[in-house]
Amino acid sequence: MIGRLRRSPWPYLAPALVLLITFTYVPVGNMVVYSFHKWDGLDPVMDSVGLDNYVRVFTDERYWRVFLISLYYFVASFAQIAIALYFAVVLSFRVRFRNLFKGILFFPYLLNGVAVGFVFLYLFQPDGTLDSVLRLIGLGEHSKLWLGDPDVANISLAGTSIWRFTGLNFVLFLGAIQSIPGEIYEAAEIDGATRWHQFRHIIAPGIRRILSLSFILAISGSLSVFEIPFIMTGGANDTRTFVVQAYETAFQFRQIGLASAMAVVLLLVVLALTWIQRRLLPDDEVTLS
Amino acid sequence: MIKRRSFAGIGVAVALALVAGCTAGAGDETAASGDFSGEVEGAITVLTNRTDLVNTKLSEYARRFEAEHPGTEVTFEAVTNYERDVTTQLGSGDYGDVLLIPNTVAVDQLSQFFAPLGSVDELKATYRFVDEKAYDGKVYGLSPGGVANGFVINKRIWAQAGITAPPTTPEAFLAGLEAIAGKTDAVPYYTNYKDGWPLSMWNNQRAIFADPRITDAFPTDANPWQPGKIQYITDGLLFDIVRAGLSEKDPLTTNWEGAKPMIATGKVATMLLGSWAVPQMRDAATAVKADPGDIAFWPFPFQTGGRFHARIEGDYKAAVSRTSKNKATARAWLDWFVTESGFAADQQAIPPALDQPLPATLQAFTATGVELLEVPEATTNAGKEDEIIKESEIDLKGNIYRQKLVDIARGAAEGDKDSYFAELNKRWGAARSRVMQ
Repeated sequence: MIGRLRRSPWPYLAPALVLLITFTYVPVGNMVVYSFHKWDGLDPVMDSVGLDNYVRVFTDERYWRVFLISLYYFVASFAQIAIALYFAVVLSFRVRFRNLFKGILFFPYLLNGVAVGFVFLYLFQPDGTLDSVLRLIGLGEHSKLWLGDPDVANISLAGTSIWRFTGLNFVLFLGAIQSIPGEIYEAAEIDGATRWHQFRHIIAPGIRRILSLSFILAISGSLSVFEIPFIMTGGANDTRTFVVQAYETAFQFRQIGLASAMAVVLLLVVLALTWIQRRLLPDDEVTLS
Repeated sequence: MIKRRSFAGIGVAVALALVAGCTAGAGDETAASGDFSGEVEGAITVLTNRTDLVNTKLSEYARRFEAEHPGTEVTFEAVTNYERDVTTQLGSGDYGDVLLIPNTVAVDQLSQFFAPLGSVDELKATYRFVDEKAYDGKVYGLSPGGVANGFVINKRIWAQAGITAPPTTPEAFLAGLEAIAGKTDAVPYYTNYKDGWPLSMWNNQRAIFADPRITDAFPTDANPWQPGKIQYITDGLLFDIVRAGLSEKDPLTTNWEGAKPMIATGKVATMLLGSWAVPQMRDAATAVKADPGDIAFWPFPFQTGGRFHARIEGDYKAAVSRTSKNKATARAWLDWFVTESGFAADQQAIPPALDQPLPATLQAFTATGVELLEVPEATTNAGKEDEIIKESEIDLKGNIYRQKLVDIARGAAEGDKDSYFAELNKRWGAARSRVMQ
């Protein structure tokens, strides 16, 4: 009996698979089915419309243009990764108040997204915190309508996103850096390597996998930005991202079919971009020797 | 092998169960009124959006009802995010005995979820607002109280600018706001852009032409944003106010709760809202030690036949759930709550029963020569307007396209009044031809 059980993996796998199928694959399957229908989410009858929803997503500029807003967040994610990497490297060496700084950097990520939205809403108000700080350091004439001016609004929101997510990247990088054995640094120092050399030849290759993972997360993250613009501007003033638009389509206009098509398109875009990236940056084994 | 097949079977069964759970049954209901026979006794559950009243006023009403009808028990279920949560609940078939009809339910879906209370012809002899949630001549919901639409203003600030009577044309109204900007420190008009929903109040002015057929005729029109038509007049006034710089400096950081003390103290002079806002603004005035008497209510600046007309409409309509196991008690509570509880008077709302007097705020409003008008819902084109709204994604009843309008008017987005109205006409017309074919 025991022997048979050991040979068959199903009894062990079944609970996990049931959960996975019930809560992941069936809903995704439903979504794909909805995307070929015109449905308001309530009616017992769904009208089949074939590919109409997809045609609308791609031909009506109001649907695909919101993808361009993602570019702001995509550019911001490079700044975010650079900042996180810089601090992770600096704080992985012996620095005074190291743990305090680690805490300060990671803290924003612990805050709830809604709270972040509200905090920054006050920060960006006319004569709010940001304007006061600028005046204090003599840059008062540079204050703007941070959210009201459409040229600046997306940059303000992307800045908020950097503030919030740098901590996550930072912790990932720090963990990866600390998994590199200390003797390698000692050996490098004996050979006369500077900090830059150490970064260039030990740290960077050592954390390559985490770096590439961060870029994948950055791409999918910037395509699916939702809560920061949703809470701070509600998508007004040209800050509507693809997901905010899909949310409005689904719940404000009750076009569940069309919104499902948008979600499927987003899924396919993220899958395609991830695949391209994996092809461009093959995932080699890392060897430090 | 066998194991693999049975495992696939589990997956299929799970999928079927989920699909089956999503569809609620709908049968035929031929009588104008549902079956409310039976004894008025036993327990009912009432869903409400008034989380603020559930433990005070509402339970007081419930105690009085239970005293009048021994053997009954009324329990409330307060839902914070009413619209969204109850829409989800509707799909499950379990949504209490009496509830407010979420706006997401289209009129032609009413019979799937609610019991008909009677025919429109029969109920309109006693109640206002009966046709707002009716389909095919059958009424599915009664409003516990109604509101009038117009501008909440700070009388003192308008008087400082030299205006004491409501302006009669949009041009005069704009001139009034200009005078406020010139003579006082107040922000002449506050859009409440960030919270969004106050912008939808611009859609509630359809009575100004005193045309009872306007809502039925609306979906037949391919260009509602043409000069002289309702959208051009209302949305156009909003555009002109913002274009002339008579609204707040940064609309993206407006704050509804913060706006109440601002109008109470005269930092803001005007907001387009409903009469329900007047008691709230007066409360805010009392709270900041300003004079509640400064808050007044004015009609939309447009006259037909030398008179102002203001739209009155019911708030959320209360209905009896189709799946209720105790429809007799549910109906008894609904009727009692609407006519006898005193809820409308407590809320300064227009009483739903035709023979009950208007609240004081609205008596002062009608005294300025305003005629209160109900705008009948569409009958021959019932539900068409909602379909066009969904299809064109121009949320007439919401704020998304009006936020864009404000953005254009303040120079934050490309275009001008003509180009935006032309675009709206085009999108609306295209969606209309898909819906009305």
